[in-house]
Parts: sequence; structure tokens; C-alpha cells
Amino acid sequence: MLGLNSRDFKLLMIVIFMTLAAPILLNPFPVDSALGESFNAGYPALMQRFVIFGLLAVGFNILFGLTGYLSFGHAAFLGVGSYAAVWMFKLLSYNIVPAMLASVIVAALFAVVIGYVCLRRSGIYFSILTLAFAQMSYALAYSVLSPITNGETGLQVYSDDPQVLMRAGDPIVPHLFGLEMNSSVTWNVGGWQFVFQNGYYLSAICMIIGFYISIRIFRSPFGLMLRAIKSNQTRMSYTGMNTKPYMLAAFVISGMYAGVAGGLMSAMDPLTGAERMFWTASGEIVVMAILGGVGTLIGPVLGAGIIKYLENIISKINSDILHNWFAFMPDWMDNLLVNILYPFVGKGWHLTLGVLFMVVVIFLPGGLVQGGQKLGALFSRKSKSSNSDATTAGTANTNTPAE
Amino acid sequence: MGILEVKGVNKRFGGLQALGDVNLSVAENTVHAIIGPNGAGKSTLLNVLVGKLIPDSGSVMFDGQSVLGRKPHEINQMGISRVFQTPEIFADLSVMENVMIPCFARRDGAFRMHAIGSVRNEGDIIGQAEAILADVNMLAKRDMLASALSRGDKRRLEMAMCLVQEPKLLLLDEPTAGMARADTNNTIDLLKEIKEKRNITMCIIEHDMHVVFSLAERITVLAQGTPLVEETPENIKGHPKVREAYLGEAQV
Ligand SMILES: Nc1ncnc2c1ncn2[C@@H]1O[C@H](COP(=O)(O)OP(=O)(O)OP(=O)(O)O)[C@@H](O)[C@H]1O
Ligand SMILES: [Mg+2]
Repeated sequence: MLGLNSRDFKLLMIVIFMTLAAPILLNPFPVDSALGESFNAGYPALMQRFVIFGLLAVGFNILFGLTGYLSFGHAAFLGVGSYAAVWMFKLLSYNIVPAMLASVIVAALFAVVIGYVCLRRSGIYFSILTLAFAQMSYALAYSVLSPITNGETGLQVYSDDPQVLMRAGDPIVPHLFGLEMNSSVTWNVGGWQFVFQNGYYLSAICMIIGFYISIRIFRSPFGLMLRAIKSNQTRMSYTGMNTKPYMLAAFVISGMYAGVAGGLMSAMDPLTGAERMFWTASGEIVVMAILGGVGTLIGPVLGAGIIKYLENIISKINSDILHNWFAFMPDWMDNLLVNILYPFVGKGWHLTLGVLFMVVVIFLPGGLVQGGQKLGALFSRKSKSSNSDATTAGTANTNTPAE
Repeated sequence: MGILEVKGVNKRFGGLQALGDVNLSVAENTVHAIIGPNGAGKSTLLNVLVGKLIPDSGSVMFDGQSVLGRKPHEINQMGISRVFQTPEIFADLSVMENVMIPCFARRDGAFRMHAIGSVRNEGDIIGQAEAILADVNMLAKRDMLASALSRGDKRRLEMAMCLVQEPKLLLLDEPTAGMARADTNNTIDLLKEIKEKRNITMCIIEHDMHVVFSLAERITVLAQGTPLVEETPENIKGHPKVREAYLGEAQV
């Protein structure tokens, strides 16, 4: 189906269902309940981040997962994509179509140049070069390039901008042919509230398309060549393959994904600054991919989701909320638990992430996807121990990368 | 004029003259063995032929064109494939994928962007890959990870990867080292069969004289970077210079 084998097709369908139903799935608790206030993640601003960073991580995985080249400057493409989109808003109109096109094209050009230079080296030197490029872009955006980036203020649309394609009556927020990105439909059912926002759905559709393309790339001859380069570059050359253009193509595709992600960020909120290119942003992408499972299809999406969830949900929890949870306990126990948990929540969410990351890297080098496969294998062994044709992760065929 | 003409090639590593004025002519459609004691410079010579090393001086002509200064993948695309002394395979890929890659290289050249179609739909490539795996008796292991293969199987896999490209010149650096006797004999049979079926020139480095005398039509003896003699197998046995070079290292 759609040129995919049945396993991949199933995976795609799951991703489509999860993203489209996210506004409902992520709001399992009534709005006014204590749990709802703390753990409901189904609000548009956060869901946008889930899918946009998911898209970013999927693209990053095409480079890192398939070729093993670790780019430590991927946020640079996100940044230029964002700037390009805002410039289109300023020059043409708030329609996101030209803005998104500009994001992809500018990010691609940028990636060709950076990739051409950085791919002269491999391993740690490649990583350092990409990092250097990204930090250079960051520094330039704050200084010399201020006329283009608007420096520390950040690039935004002003009322005296040309916006030559703007007609009277056009929305004055980013829109898709009139469909405003920030408008939404709210659905109240009992105590529950679900918000369906245009911007989220546009981002979700971009993510789904990006995910689909990445499956196709993974299963294509091109994907096979990239995995071969990761496995043995020497053999690749002595087999008559020119590894350079393959690597550059992977780098540029990956950069284009980041460009789209950057463009989407601007489409959600037409304001962007250089901090999007800072090295910590690049590092976050690496962590997402590793946490979820490098080289697996769904891993990066999972990693992006978990990190954005921790960042936005766990960081909101403060000591009052903790005390509320444990209010039913004797005071000393309440205080003890709060004291134990407190360092891990609120501003301490990085600690939670750090611990999770270490646990995953040490015990599940294949990321959370590997964890899921192990669990799956465990369960199917238990439930169908007599059934010999049970397909567990352990016997998954080796000639295709795992889900 | 041979298909491969090496003239006056010199290569120094610091103070060590690894190749000293090497002249070698390999006639088309023959099996040419290069023998010599350890450290004689045999692998170094192959490294020059495939573009891994650039010699300090001399010329290397293949099929009427110079190979010097060309990149390894360009030299491969000219028709030279090499089996390495320590197997160079794609350890993280399946056996089948390992042989499919050279099929792609032969069909599509050094680079082609085919990022959307599925590998599963490449019927021709799959067919070629399966055929060569059957030839080397490895079809049953097609879905195994290459890293899980035995040493001998890794060599046979690498040989299959080179053979499937149908190179004009096949360079084999100790193709049977580490193989059991039965596998060695199978390899000899395979190479003989290939030789008869296709127009292929082979240059084989071997310490195992059984292999050398079963296959070679010409033999060059290399010692300390310099060719001592070039002869037919019949004349090489008992050649005084060869005895001198080996001095009991192998029963020539
Ligand atoms: N890259 C290199 N740098 C320095 N010295 C080298 C290099 N490659 C080979 N040598 C040296 O050159 C000499 C010839 O090495 P080579 O590998 O060609 O020998 P060989 O004939 O293939 O031997 P063997 O039968 O053991 O494989 C050796 O002394 C080796 O140590
Ligand atoms: Mg050698």
C-alpha cells in the first residue's frame, strides 16, 4: 500500500491516527481536574511542538541514523528556515505557501554549502565542523547580519513592511489561502475540552508527509547506499560508489526537513530569533534521536515527543502541585515525597531528562524503540509460548532497519 | 601489450623501499599469480593498482588508460575489483544486501539518486545477487548479518561481491587465507569456473602453493619490493632465484 510493505504501512497508519487524534488522546483528563491541569498536553502550542520537532528529528535521522554522520549544528537549518519564512511574510504576504517554499529552498542551499565543506571530514571532525558552522551562523545573526535578522529583537513583521501580495481583507496572521493558522475549534464534552487548531493540523500533515518520505528513503536503494556508507566506507569506494554525493544528498535532505520545521515554527508564530540556532538547540535534536532510537523509523518522533512533553509538562509542576497530590498522606510522608520528587520537576526537568537519557543509553542502546521491542518480545513469548510463528522483535528479519 | 601494464613503479614508506622499480605485465584473460615472502610488497602493489596509494614514480596503465591519480571508485568503474587481505564487507548489512550493492554500482554507476522506489522492487538486482550467492554456495545465508559469518564465509562473500560486478580485472589478495581445506578447493573450482565462463583477468596473491599451481598461468616472484622472475608454473618450480627468496618458507 502506498509503495510500503505491510509492516511499514501499519506503522504509518498508527502515526497518522496518533497525530490526527492527538487533541483528544493528549487530553485524557477533564480540564478542571488537578490531573488535567498538570498532565493534559493536548493544547495547540504544545502539540505543534510535538509534530514540528518530530519532523525535525525524522529529518535528522536520515543523516545520523542512516549514514552515522552526527551533525551537531542542525539547528542552523531550522534557524534559516524560520528567517526565510518571516521574510516572505514581510515581503509578500502572510500566506504560508511562499513562506514554506522559501524555508525549504533557503535551507537546502545553506545545506549544500555547509555540507560540501563539512563532509570533507568524517567522525568527530565532521561533528565539530557542523557545530562551528552553526555557532558561526548564530553569532553572525546577532551581529553583522542584523539588517537581515533584526539582531536581538528578533525578526518580525511590521505594519510598514511591503507585503506586496497583501490584499485588503486578508488575514493579518499567517494563513493558508485564508485559513488562519491560529484559529481553532473547541469541543466541550462533559468536563473535557478538546481544541482542534488549524496550525496544529497543518504541522501534523507536514510531519506525516515527512515521515512517509523518510520510510520511502529508508527502504530505497539510496537508503541502502547510506547504510552501506555507515557500515564500511572503504568497501563502498572499492565497489565503485562515489560516497561524496550520497553523503551530500543525505545532508541536504536532512537540512531541508529542518528548513520545513523552521518554516512551520514561523507559520505558527511569525517571530524568530537567533537563539533557534544556538548549539543547545542542535544538541536537543541529537538527544531526541538517541532517546527514541537512532536509525529506527519511529524512534526520533518518539524522542521528540517525550522531550517536549517533559519540557512543557514536568517543568510546570511546582511544589504546591506536588503537595496537592500527596495531601491525603500524613504530613511527614507528604513532605518526604515532595522533597524527593522536587528536584526532578519544575526547573529540574532537565534532571529527569538526564536520568532518562542515561538509563536509555546504558540499558537500551537502541533507544526507547528497542525497549518497546523487548517488551513486545517478552509479552508475545508469554502469551504465545507454544505458537512457533510468533514474530518477535528478536527474530525480526535483519535486512531492513527496525521500526 | 597486457591489459595491465605496470612500469617502473617505486614506493617508499620513510626509509623502507616497499616497491622498487616494479615492472609487471598481465596478459588479458590469464591468471597471473604474485608470490613472495611476507613484507615483499605484494599488498602494496595492489594498493597502487586500486588507487589506495599513489606511487612515488612509475606508470600504471589499465586497458590503455592510466589509473594513477584516479579515485578508488573511478578505478573500480574502469573494471578493476579487489578482494582484500582482511575482508572488507558491509558487516552491519545482510549477506544479500552486501551483494546487491555492487550490482547497483554496476548498473547505476558511481552515483544515482533513487530515493523513492523500494529495494524490494529491484527484481533484476535481486536476481543477480541471488545468482552469485548460489554460485558461492551462500544462498541459504542470504538473510544473515555479514558480521555473523565465519572468516571463510566472509572471504567468499567478498569474492561474490567482486565477481558480481563482472570486472575485467579481478585482484585477489590471499583469497583462501583462513579457509578450511574444503572451502579452499571450492574456491579454486569457483575461480576456474568463472575464468572459463567469462573473459576475466585475475591477479592473485597467495601463499598457498596448491592454489597458485592450480590456477596460475604466469607467476611473478616479488622479494623486497622487486620482481625477481616471471615464469610459467612449470619453470618456476625449482628456479634457483625463487628458492633463494623463499629459503624454506614454502615448498616450491
Ligand atoms: N601504509 C604503510 N605505511 C608504512 N609501511 C607500510 C605501509 N604499508 C605497507 N608497509 C610496509 O611495506 C612492506 C610491504 O608490505 P605489504 O603489505 O605490501 O607486504 P605483503 O607482501 O603483502 O606481505 P604479506 O604476505 O605479509 O601480506 C612491509 O614492510 C610493510 O610493513
Ligand atoms: Mg599482503
